[in-house]
Amino acid sequence: CRQALRRAPGPEVDFARAEREHQLYVGVLRGKLGLQVLELPADESLPDCAFVEDAAVVCEETALVTRPGAPSRRKEVEAVKRVLESLNLNIVEMIDENATLDGGDVLFTGREFFVGLSRRTNQRGAEILADTFKDYAVSTVPVHDALHLKSFCSMAGPNLIAIGSSEAAQKALKTMQQMSDHRYDKLTVPDDAAANCIYLNIPSKGHVLLHRAPEEYPESAKVFEKLKDHMLIPIANTELDKVDGSLTCCSVLINKTSEL
Amino acid sequence: MTTEVGSETEVKKDSEQLGPDKAKDNPEEASETPENQKSRETPSEEAQDSSSVPAPTSQSSPSSQKKEKASPESKGISRFLPPWLKKQKSYTLAEPKDETKKRTTGEQQVVEESECQAPDRIAQPQKSLEEAAAENQHNAKADDKEEKHSVSSAETQPAKEDGKEREVEKVAKEKEEKQAEKEKRETKEVQTAEIKTESIPQKSPKKIKTVQCKVMLLDGTEYSCDLEKRAKGQVLFDKVCEHLNLLEKDYFGLLFYENSDQKNWLDSSKEIKRQIRSLPWIFAFNVKFYPPDPSQLTEDITRYFLCLQLRQDIASGRLPCSFVTHALLGSYTLQAELGDHDPEEHRSDYISEFQFAPNQTQEMEEKVAELHKTHRGLTPAQADSQFLENAKRLSMYGVDLHHAKDSEGVDIMLGVCANGLLIYKDRLRINRFAWPKILKISYKRSNFYIKVRPAELEQFESTIGFKLPNHRAAKRLWKVCVEHHTFFRLVSPEQPPKAKFLTLGSKFRYSGRTQAQTRQASNLIDRPAPYFERTSSKRVSRSLDGAPMGISDQGLLRDFPATGGQAAGDKIIDIEAAGQAKLKEGGREEDGSPVKTPQLELTQDGKRHATRAEGPCTGVSDADKSSHETLDIVEEKKQAEVGIEETLVVDETNKGKMQVATDAGETCKVEHLSKKDSSSLPSDSSSSSSSSESEDEEVGEYQPHHRAIEEVIREEQEEEEDMKKKEHEEKIQHVEATPEGSKLNVPVEHTQVTAEDLVQENAVTIATEEKNLSEEIKQDLGEEKEEEQLKLNGDVSHVDIDVAPQIICCSEPPVVKTEMVTISDATQRTEISTKEVPIVQTETKTITYESPQFDGSAGGNAGVLLSAQTITSESISTTTTTHITKMVKGGVSETRIEKRIVITGDADIDHDEALAQAIKEAKEQHPDMSVTRVVVHKETELAEEDEE
Repeated sequence: CRQALRRAPGPEVDFARAEREHQLYVGVLRGKLGLQVLELPADESLPDCAFVEDAAVVCEETALVTRPGAPSRRKEVEAVKRVLESLNLNIVEMIDENATLDGGDVLFTGREFFVGLSRRTNQRGAEILADTFKDYAVSTVPVHDALHLKSFCSMAGPNLIAIGSSEAAQKALKTMQQMSDHRYDKLTVPDDAAANCIYLNIPSKGHVLLHRAPEEYPESAKVFEKLKDHMLIPIANTELDKVDGSLTCCSVLINKTSEL
Repeated sequence: MTTEVGSETEVKKDSEQLGPDKAKDNPEEASETPENQKSRETPSEEAQDSSSVPAPTSQSSPSSQKKEKASPESKGISRFLPPWLKKQKSYTLAEPKDETKKRTTGEQQVVEESECQAPDRIAQPQKSLEEAAAENQHNAKADDKEEKHSVSSAETQPAKEDGKEREVEKVAKEKEEKQAEKEKRETKEVQTAEIKTESIPQKSPKKIKTVQCKVMLLDGTEYSCDLEKRAKGQVLFDKVCEHLNLLEKDYFGLLFYENSDQKNWLDSSKEIKRQIRSLPWIFAFNVKFYPPDPSQLTEDITRYFLCLQLRQDIASGRLPCSFVTHALLGSYTLQAELGDHDPEEHRSDYISEFQFAPNQTQEMEEKVAELHKTHRGLTPAQADSQFLENAKRLSMYGVDLHHAKDSEGVDIMLGVCANGLLIYKDRLRINRFAWPKILKISYKRSNFYIKVRPAELEQFESTIGFKLPNHRAAKRLWKVCVEHHTFFRLVSPEQPPKAKFLTLGSKFRYSGRTQAQTRQASNLIDRPAPYFERTSSKRVSRSLDGAPMGISDQGLLRDFPATGGQAAGDKIIDIEAAGQAKLKEGGREEDGSPVKTPQLELTQDGKRHATRAEGPCTGVSDADKSSHETLDIVEEKKQAEVGIEETLVVDETNKGKMQVATDAGETCKVEHLSKKDSSSLPSDSSSSSSSSESEDEEVGEYQPHHRAIEEVIREEQEEEEDMKKKEHEEKIQHVEATPEGSKLNVPVEHTQVTAEDLVQENAVTIATEEKNLSEEIKQDLGEEKEEEQLKLNGDVSHVDIDVAPQIICCSEPPVVKTEMVTISDATQRTEISTKEVPIVQTETKTITYESPQFDGSAGGNAGVLLSAQTITSESISTTTTTHITKMVKGGVSETRIEKRIVITGDADIDHDEALAQAIKEAKEQHPDMSVTRVVVHKETELAEEDEE
């Protein structure tokens, strides 16, 4: 199932358009891909609540409810936690007051975690994540000049990391490559923001990739279009992009069949 | 201490047996007896302490006294001592009964002596009465009874011995006795320690002294056997494996604990007694190298032992895993040991007898049971395989953790695994150094260093230091690294460094089979799958609490030194606990061990220093002398040598980049590269191709490896052969790596040039041909300083070369990617070259001198290649020397030496002058040399370069 929150803050955001884009986003997940989408109600008091990704890290049967780096967002986790509990996941809460972690800084490759140490995520938060997911190596990656680790990268396939071209992105990639015992393929796209895409492996559909639309990042879109084995679904995200929102930010993917 | 002491004692005995000069001895003995008595008397108590635990007191006061006495008299004492020992033996024979009593009484010395002597008697049943009598007199000391016994007993020894033994057995403490014996021996030894050191074991003693070993097996049982005291580790290990019916044994090893919390691997190539210092020889049979892919193991029984190890690791918390994984692995354990879930037999609580996790909850047990039901039908072997398939994915699988601090004093953990070295802070991985990335591993005192290949945009390799708790920990880590690297990365173990004068530090090398070898060997295993019984994990879990399992528990110690240490100590005590003597031993060990070890270390260090001291004289680089042990000792040697031979190059290059040594070894490296290059780019310049080909065959030893396993090859070359290769590669890599950023601009230019060369065939080559029957002429090599800067003809080849190493690298994960990038660059370059160089407009002037020889040799005759060597050095001007030895037609070998000198630089450099100088130097070195090509290459945009 998937849940996506909607709601976007910030000036200059065409709210109506943002809403439409988000509708499309949800529509693709639910309608086109047949996923179950749980939508959390918007909370006007929490302007960033659309970005549910930051509030939880879910891997297999375990969900880590985070402690977001921005104090204004701490309350967002409550709603997310409730939903996760309803899914019978093992919930781990980050209660250490010295720890901060945004889900946007957590890149799970399927084999290991990379946690960006950013303004939103600190060492302690990463430690707690490591304690939560003991099976996996958890490597830290310094993130500069970007909000989150996943502001310029994401998984685009089972073994494929999509990465932006900026210096910060390439540097982070190098770090990840060095830290990993595993060798990942990389997909370099010209635009950092476009490197944030959503990869899904859906039994009936195969490799599915949601990426930013050609209208937004034409050059990057061309790169994605070279992926022959993927079902490519361009999705525009022009409005949330203005408030640092990327594709992965708006959902938490959970691999679980739900009765809900 | 103890071990050494033990050896000494033997020595003594030997000396006794061998050369008791009776005539001389008598007077000396007489004179010395008082001293002995003194020593004996005082030591009696001390001896025990000192022996088992080289206690500070014993050493300081008694030992010193002894030394004073003994040192001058050493010879006399040595002679004298043996009889004394014999004496004891003699009376000991009679004493068995007494001993038992005495034990109860608490007279340990007597007991100990008798015990000690017991083996001696057995071994030396025949003793002349005379000797005995004489001894008795000498011994006359305090124990009248003993003397009497001895006298009377001397003749009747055998019988009495038997009786004794029986009694002993009845006492059911043979082990203890032996231990005690050892102790006693030690005590005596302590007295004569100095002498012992001096005396060299001249002949193998007639009597075989045995020591009992206990080995804790992975299933929680204990295996014990008697070993000859001088047995090497391999003997014991083989016995254990035989006992276990294990053929794929190279993944395993024997652990022993030192200072209770420090685990050490028994080196199978060395005598046990030289490695383990505390007396009870207790080992744990453990997995030493966790196979990254257990499914590639040949036999189920091997997988079974690996499973047992992992269950221990998991239950102890050493191998962390999540709740779900705990449950899943536990369920496979149940399936393997209990078979299909049987609702009748397996009630709800059947699980709680097993231990799956450090802190096992009811919830977890329920989950385990639930999963167990889903495994219906899996055979035990299949369940084990599933277990391993899941366990091997755990991030800490096979990671051997060591506590350390980083350069800033922050607590970290260093994890050694199959792929390299991992750095953890708390639970987070903060860095990782794959083996191919590591150029050198060393330790010095309590510091541990790794020298790391430069990153993509860096020019120089960097050395990273870590602080370990102490010297021994640093050495342990170093050894583990050497072993893991060798086992997982090399095709065959490298030979320990030869004891040249230049040799520094430890000569330790992994002596076992590598993973590649053991896989090969296990492919040949041809036996029906051996039957073995899977013991229940219940036992394991219990054993965790109990004394016998101590060692397995101690595994934890590693991670949790404090608690672990105590536990280990206790266990040892427990194990020995049966006898009073034992208790004492245990106490001694704990107390004394710290003291002892330092002493021992000192002595060893001293020796090392001595050996090293030789090295420094020859001009080895400074700092390394002391206790610095390096993986690539060669490198340093090299430097020394290089310094002499290739001073020029060194000077120029030195600090930043490695010096390129002109030794054969180095040349081999380069050749490698070139070979690979050639293979990849066969069609390049005739010279390069020919050379490369020839090199392939010639290098012989190296090449097969290389080609066969490229990854491995690299490292083998690098590490095994020496740093030389590494250096070369490094340089090359540097160049490659820094195409854009390098100060020298070499890479950029280089590439361009190459391209051009390819197209235009503008190459500057100064080729010297010399005919030599000998394949390798080191002197020549050394003398020839070929300054080749990657640009020239060589360039083509070089380019290839460069590419090739990169490709090789690619096989390796971390480095690979970077290199991958490079490769792509390389291809681009070549493409560009074929077409044109778009980015940088380059003007190339080429002046070519070609000598007929050159052409002929290079392109024409495909002789049989005997050897080929290439040496590359970097500086302002780069010289590449290639030695190619061919069989030309009928048995005449011809060696051609090609030098390529490339001068690279900005306009600041007077290229003409540099060129002239280079040619001049080359001619000086090789009067016969002819200049075949000169290429002047100027680039306008980025830089101007002249190439020769």
